[in-house]
Amino acid sequence: MPILSVENLSKSFGGLAAVSHVNMTLESQELVGLIGPNGAGKTTIFNLLTGVYTPTSGTITFAPNGEVYEIQGMRPHQIANLGIARTFQNIRLFKDMTVIDNVLISMHSQLSSSIASSLFRTSKFYNSEREMRKEALEYLSIFNLDKKPKVLAKNLPYGEQRHLEIVRALASKPSLILLDEPAAGMNQSETSHLSATIRRLKNEFGLTILLIEHDMSLVMELCERIYVLDYGMLISQGLPNEIKTDKRVIEAYLGEDAARDIETGGES
Amino acid sequence: MDVPRTVFTKRNLVWLAVCLSIYFLVFFLRSYGILGNYHEITIAQICINIMLAVSLNLIVGFTGQFSLGHAGFMSIGAYATSLALRSRPDTIGFLIGITIGSVLALVVGVIIGIPTLRLRGDYLGIATLGMAEIIRVVFLNLKITNGAAGLMGTFRAANWTWLYLLTVMAVLAINNFVNSSHGRACISIREDETASEAMGVNTTAYKIIAFAFGAFFAGAAGGLYSSYFYFIKPDLFGFLKSIDMLVIVVLGGLGSITGTIISAILLSLLTTILQDFSSVRMIVYSVILVIIMLFRPQGLMGTVEISHVIDKFARKDKEDANTVS
Ligand SMILES: Nc1ncnc2c1ncn2[C@@H]1O[C@H](COP(=O)(O)OP(=O)(O)OP(=O)(O)O)[C@@H](O)[C@H]1O
Ligand SMILES: [Mg+2]
Repeated sequence: MPILSVENLSKSFGGLAAVSHVNMTLESQELVGLIGPNGAGKTTIFNLLTGVYTPTSGTITFAPNGEVYEIQGMRPHQIANLGIARTFQNIRLFKDMTVIDNVLISMHSQLSSSIASSLFRTSKFYNSEREMRKEALEYLSIFNLDKKPKVLAKNLPYGEQRHLEIVRALASKPSLILLDEPAAGMNQSETSHLSATIRRLKNEFGLTILLIEHDMSLVMELCERIYVLDYGMLISQGLPNEIKTDKRVIEAYLGEDAARDIETGGES
Repeated sequence: MDVPRTVFTKRNLVWLAVCLSIYFLVFFLRSYGILGNYHEITIAQICINIMLAVSLNLIVGFTGQFSLGHAGFMSIGAYATSLALRSRPDTIGFLIGITIGSVLALVVGVIIGIPTLRLRGDYLGIATLGMAEIIRVVFLNLKITNGAAGLMGTFRAANWTWLYLLTVMAVLAINNFVNSSHGRACISIREDETASEAMGVNTTAYKIIAFAFGAFFAGAAGGLYSSYFYFIKPDLFGFLKSIDMLVIVVLGGLGSITGTIISAILLSLLTTILQDFSSVRMIVYSVILVIIMLFRPQGLMGTVEISHVIDKFARKDKEDANTVS
C-alpha cells in the first residue's frame, strides 16, 4: 500500500480553483518531485496535505508503517504527529528562539515531561530535557548547525535558515517529509550540499520525500518520479527523462516564461 | 547545553539565599519599625502587581495572545476570598478562599478561552474585554457580593509573609513553566502559529493552558488583594485595572519575567507617589507608554532575563579561567 494516496483532491478559494481533481500516490521511501509554473497550486497541495487548508473535496490517505488514516479535515498538529513534516516556501522559523529551541519544539509532543513535573522540576523533567537536547544536537549536526545551538534563528545566514527548517522538520521523526523549494535563494555550493543531504534523508532516515522545486537540474538529478501541475491540474507525471521531453510540460513552462521561473525561484 | 541533574544546583541555592534575604530584610525592617504600615501598603501593592503582571505576561508576552480582561480573573479570586473570610475570619479561611478563588478563575479561564482563543489579535482583545465586563456585571448584580457597594473585609490574613510567599511561588511556577518544553510550545505560538502547528504543537490547547494558568495566578493575586486591602467593589476590577497590568507588562518587556518584576516595582512606587493626584497618574502612565513605544518598543528588558545575564558572565569567567590555566 502506498504511504500517501491523494484522490480527486480539489481546493477552491472563492471562484479560483487552486487545486482541481488531483490524484497522486507516493510509495514508501520514494523521492518524488512536484513541479509547475508559479501559481500552479503546489504550495496549496502542501497546505492541504498538512491540514492548513481543508479540501473542498477529495480524500488524502496516509499509511505510515501499517496503519491507515484518512487525514483530510484533521488539524495540522494531528497530521504532524501522525508523521508528516514540512518546510515552508517563505521560511517560517521561530525567529526569536534559539537554533536548538527551534528543533526542540518539534520534539515536544513526543518527548516532553508532564506539566506537573516541569513545574516541580522533578528528575523526570531534567532527564527528558537532557535527552531532548542531546537528540536535537544530533539532528543539528546533519547540517553542521550543532556548533551554534544558542544563536537566535533570525541571526543565521539565509542558507542556514533553510537548513534549520529541514532539521526542525526532521526532528519530529516523520515518515513523510514535504520540502517546499528548499533550494530557493541558495548558491551553487549550498545547493549541491542540500542535494546530498536530501539523498541522505531518504537513505539514512528511510524517509519518503515530496519535493517542490524550481531548480530543474536539482529536480531532475534527485527525483525518481515527477508530478507536473499547471493551473491546479496535473498535466503530466513520470520519470525525469519523460518529463523533460513532455510537450505539455514544455508548453506550460514556455507559456509562463520558464526562464524567469527557474531563475527567481518564485516568491509568493 | 548543560542541563543539571537536580534542583539543588549552585545557581538555585544562590537564588534561594537571595529570596530568603529579601524576606528577612523586610521582616526585620518591619519589626524595628523602619518600614511602617504606610510602606507595607506599597509593598503589598508591589507583590500583587508582580503576580498580576507576570501571569499576564505568560498570556500576552510569552504566548502572544492579547488579553484585556485580566482584572476579571483577579476579581473572581478577590470575591471568593472575601466571602470565605466572612464565614471564617482566620488564616484557614483565607487559604480556603484564595484556593477556591484561584481554581474558579482557572475554570472560568478555560471556559472563556475555548471560544475566544480562536480569534486573533484585536478580536481576542475585544472578546477578553467583554468577558471581564460580564464578570464585573455579575458581581454587580449578585446578592451575595452586595452589588455596587461591595464587600468589607473581616480579617486581614495577608501579611508580609503570605504576600511574599505567594508572590515567590507564582513567579517560580510561571518561570518553571516558561522554561520547559511546555513554555517553549507557548513561545512558538507567539513566534509563528502556523509553523508551531505544523511541528505538532496543539496550539489551541496551549493557548488555553497559558490563559487558564495566567487566570489562576490573577485569581490568587485578587485573593491577596481583598484580604489585605479589606474593601472590594466591582468598580475596582474594571477595564482600567486590566490596562494598568498591561502597561506593567509592556514596560517590562513582553516575554521577560525579570523585566515585569522591575516594572511592577517601579510603577507601583510611582502610583504611591502620585496617589493624591489620580488624574495625573493616568497622564504619566500614558506618557510612559508613548515614550516606551517610541524609544524601546521591546520594553525595559525585551525578552532577556536576569538569569541569562548572570549565566553569560559566569560562563565568561569560566572561559577566562580556562585560558589562564
Ligand atoms: N489562502 C489563499 N487565498 C486565496 N488564494 C490563494 C490562497 N492560497 C493560494 N491562493 C492562490 O492559489 C493559487 C496557487 O497558489 P500556490 O501558492 O499553491 O502556487 P505555487 O504553485 O506554490 O506557486 P509558487 O511556485 O509561486 O510558489 C494562486 O493563484 C494563489 O494566488
Ligand atoms: Mg509555492
